[in-house]
Amino acid sequence: MKDVREALFVGTTTDGRPVRRPLSPHLQIYKPQITSALSIFHRITGVALSVGTLVLVWWLVAAATSEPAFATVSMVLHTWLGHLALFGWTAALWYHFCAGLRHLVWDAGHGFELEQVHTSGAAVIAATAVLTLLTWLVGFIVV
Amino acid sequence: MSKSPTQTIMRSTLGRARGLGAAKSGTAHWWAERVTSVALLPLTLWFVLALYRLIGVSAAAVAHWAAHPVNATLLLALIVVTFHHMALGLQVVLEDYIHTEKTRLAAILAMKGATWLLAIAAILSVLKLAVIG
Repeated sequence: MKDVREALFVGTTTDGRPVRRPLSPHLQIYKPQITSALSIFHRITGVALSVGTLVLVWWLVAAATSEPAFATVSMVLHTWLGHLALFGWTAALWYHFCAGLRHLVWDAGHGFELEQVHTSGAAVIAATAVLTLLTWLVGFIVV
Repeated sequence: MSKSPTQTIMRSTLGRARGLGAAKSGTAHWWAERVTSVALLPLTLWFVLALYRLIGVSAAAVAHWAAHPVNATLLLALIVVTFHHMALGLQVVLEDYIHTEKTRLAAILAMKGATWLLAIAAILSVLKLAVIG
């Protein structure tokens, strides 16, 4: 035993012989793939959007409180940092939207062939980029 | 006629009837996550489009917009479904990464409490905007 952590992996077989239990490879030595990368990104954007709901609630509570409170929220959201956060929120939203749609297709039992998985993964990335830029482009035209 | 083979089953009859296994729950969590995600597809599209009309306006203008029954209904639906979906998703994340029983339970309860408070604050704000202005 070279590492104390290996003490946790020691087990015994049914006939009593000691055995080192198999351990799955660490994430760091796994080759990054579009499948695993998009999977963890779905989770990351989900958590990021959860944090983003704080802004939504702040915006709603301020609107229901007073004009000065609402003006503060508007002012913060209109700074470059506010715009950056909103842009990140838009990208995370469209990514989670598209990747979620991909998950629903899988849940319905379609698109499990490796080639289809790679194609749908690339489609999710492309759709996220297009929808995010389109959302902001329309925003700049409308406002 | 030979006697048919029998097998002793260690599982209780109640456990067999429930059919839930070691997870102690069925597919309710997984299914609720899918149902809320489907509901969020149109609600999200509506909200993003609605936001265009709300950029740079005053609180009074937001109240005027929220006073429309259709907007108030969809906004409340969006809030309820979003926070439900969020609590379901965050619970899985916490369950996956926190390996100590007590810490995990505390984290999930804290997350659910925070989610409820945020949802109530958002709902109350929308109701005030829609009804009082």
